[in-house]
Amino acid sequence: MATKAARASRRSQPVGRRHPLATVALLLVGLLGTGGAYALFTSSATAETSASAEALVEEGGKLFAANCATCHGLDLEGTTQAPTLIGVGAAATDFQVGTGRMPLAISGPQAEQKPVQFTEEQIQALAVYVASQGPGPAIPADMYLTGEGYDVSNGAELFRINCAMCHNVAGAGGALTEGKFAPALADVTAKHAYEAMLTGPQNMPVFNDTNLTPEEKADIITYLKYLDETPSVGGFTLGSLGPVSEGLFIWIFGLGAIVAITVWLTAKSN
Amino acid sequence: MTTTPAQDVQPKTRGQRFTGAAANYIDERTSISGLVKEVGRKIFPDHWSFMLGEVALYSFIVILLSGTFLTFFFEASMVEVHYEGSYAPLKGIEMSAAMASTLDISFDIRGGLLMRQIHHWAALLFVASIGLHMLRVYFTGAFRKPREINWFIGFVLFVLAMAEGFTGYSLPDDLLSGNGLRIIDGMVKGIPVIGTWISYLLFGGEFPGVDIVSRLYILHIMLLPAIIIAAIGIHMLLLVINKHTQFAGPGRTNDNVVGSPVMPGFAAKAGGFFFIIFGVITLIASTFSINPVWVYGPYDPSPVSAGTQPDWYIGFADGALRLVPPGWETEWFGFTWSFNIIAPLVILGLFIAIVAFYPFIEAWVTGDKREHHIADRPRNAPTRTAIGAAGVTFYAVLWAAASSDLIATHFKLSIEGVIHSCQALLIFGPIIAYFLTKRVCIGLQKKDREIALHGYESGRIVRLPHGEYIEVHEQLDDYELWKLVSYDDYKPLMVRPDAQGRITVGQKFRASVSRWFFEDRIAPVSQKEIEQSKDEHH
Repeated sequence: MATKAARASRRSQPVGRRHPLATVALLLVGLLGTGGAYALFTSSATAETSASAEALVEEGGKLFAANCATCHGLDLEGTTQAPTLIGVGAAATDFQVGTGRMPLAISGPQAEQKPVQFTEEQIQALAVYVASQGPGPAIPADMYLTGEGYDVSNGAELFRINCAMCHNVAGAGGALTEGKFAPALADVTAKHAYEAMLTGPQNMPVFNDTNLTPEEKADIITYLKYLDETPSVGGFTLGSLGPVSEGLFIWIFGLGAIVAITVWLTAKSN
Repeated sequence: MTTTPAQDVQPKTRGQRFTGAAANYIDERTSISGLVKEVGRKIFPDHWSFMLGEVALYSFIVILLSGTFLTFFFEASMVEVHYEGSYAPLKGIEMSAAMASTLDISFDIRGGLLMRQIHHWAALLFVASIGLHMLRVYFTGAFRKPREINWFIGFVLFVLAMAEGFTGYSLPDDLLSGNGLRIIDGMVKGIPVIGTWISYLLFGGEFPGVDIVSRLYILHIMLLPAIIIAAIGIHMLLLVINKHTQFAGPGRTNDNVVGSPVMPGFAAKAGGFFFIIFGVITLIASTFSINPVWVYGPYDPSPVSAGTQPDWYIGFADGALRLVPPGWETEWFGFTWSFNIIAPLVILGLFIAIVAFYPFIEAWVTGDKREHHIADRPRNAPTRTAIGAAGVTFYAVLWAAASSDLIATHFKLSIEGVIHSCQALLIFGPIIAYFLTKRVCIGLQKKDREIALHGYESGRIVRLPHGEYIEVHEQLDDYELWKLVSYDDYKPLMVRPDAQGRITVGQKFRASVSRWFFEDRIAPVSQKEIEQSKDEHH
């Protein structure tokens, strides 16, 4: 019996992986492992960013309520004065506020550029806030904005086909209907040029990433940078406005100078 | 040259003997002395406005010289090539050989860009100086008998210059020139019945085809310049035969010309003037960019740049197209009638025809068969001056309309506002300009008459012994007086029965036009009136 009992007790007290506490230990290890890994990966740093993102959104929300909500509505829903901003994304906000077009100085045919009203941080806060209210195009990655390492001749061709209709081949700007206009592109930053293509501010069409891929947009930016940085080979450009400024120049200064010379030549003998 | 008897007896120097012998040699074989005598003694009066035609001539010579340089390197072919020159933003892009060679001239051939810019700026100056020269001739009445034909030849030269300009503008086959050709193609196609046929003939098929550049090139460098040179030859021959006009002045009558002869003084001066013109053009061309074809890129029918305009002298036609209100196309008998094209063509055609035939029209109205060698002061022909001002206004509005988009952006206006203002101005502007100019002319004539009769106010107040104050009027000297009183006076023609005792409709019409011309007029001061006023003042 004793041996039987001993055998039974030995049987009832198994060791190793058959130990009754093995399941508990396994659970403990599993819980500790996942919990520890979770704790490890969601460390205090993440907690901090989420806190600062929240702070940014909060700051952006305050700025928005103070500066934008009058026209765009407290919940970005838009009013009769201005469109809704739900879904316009960070890129549109960064462009409009970053170029000084928003807040609008005056209602008119279109929002015009004016000195930028906010700091970089405030613009970022607004962009993050607007993006947090509905998904939309994000601020472009820096890799597309260098204006280097991309195909300038492809950019020039794309520019002539897609942009020159309104902005003029030399980027000197042009007229649209009802007092609206396409602005001159000299000295527009790469980021704003990219955002404009991506979001189509005001009368500009949207050139999304299937229409012009990010690389093609970068090509165009490279060409714009080339235009900005390369001095005109032929001399003063007279505003790059083409035959109109050339014609005015020859009549006023060319023929003007020559008439002055004829007057001088004939005045001497009198 | 004045010679004294003392010099006569001296033996001739070797140089003089050589010159004499050489002149004799040439004259015996060419009989050129008659020509030299005639041309060498042609007199040029001294007035700045008489040098504008010269400016046109000299800029044409500059165009010929720079153009010849360009032909060495330009390839008038529309064969597709891949550009592999120096300009980075066009590298590897497909374009015509014409465009590629233009880029090579601009970037890879030494002095090429300067020559291109000289050629283009000189072309703009050429047409502009012709325009100003024509205005001078018009407003001084220098087109009257015997110079009507020379006016017409000058007009033909103006049209040819525009044609030269336009063909040249189209040669580089860049985006701008292609857009310009497309507009011409559209206008040609808008002509009823024959339009489409002419377009296909011109372009050798559907626009743009592969022929147009080489065809325009032949016109640009051979046919048109040849006609221009021939027309300039006739223009200058008639200039010698008709002699120059001059402004009224002491010793200047309808039968003489006072000024300096071609040989030797004027020729030297004119030669110097040529180099001044060349210098001004070169200065402009080396400082100011013109038609940067590399910015426009190769022609491709899809893109059209904002601010696409023709060169200034075609601007009036572009403006006419822009001012046509929408919806002028209609369908009759199964054909499309593009009145948006036909109307500008007809209106511009009429305008150009009036310019071409104005001397003949005015001669018919005045019935004047006399020769006129004294240039009018514009105020002394009020109706002609007013018609001219109306014409200038009409042209200027069309011209301005061609830059409607740039006016809109640069003056912060809406383009519709600019277009509508131009449309109103095109109709009312000439009418206002006509009446305003006529009144101003007549006012100036009245002032002249007052000054001729009573002298000008000297500002000197004199108190007479009996207490009366008078302002002393200074009398003009005879030379100044002559300028004010010597002009032709026309009276409206009277309707008279002809030999059969009838008054024809034509005569009535002519009388009514003549009345319109000369109804309001200030007669020149007569000798009798001057004597009378002298008696009163003394």
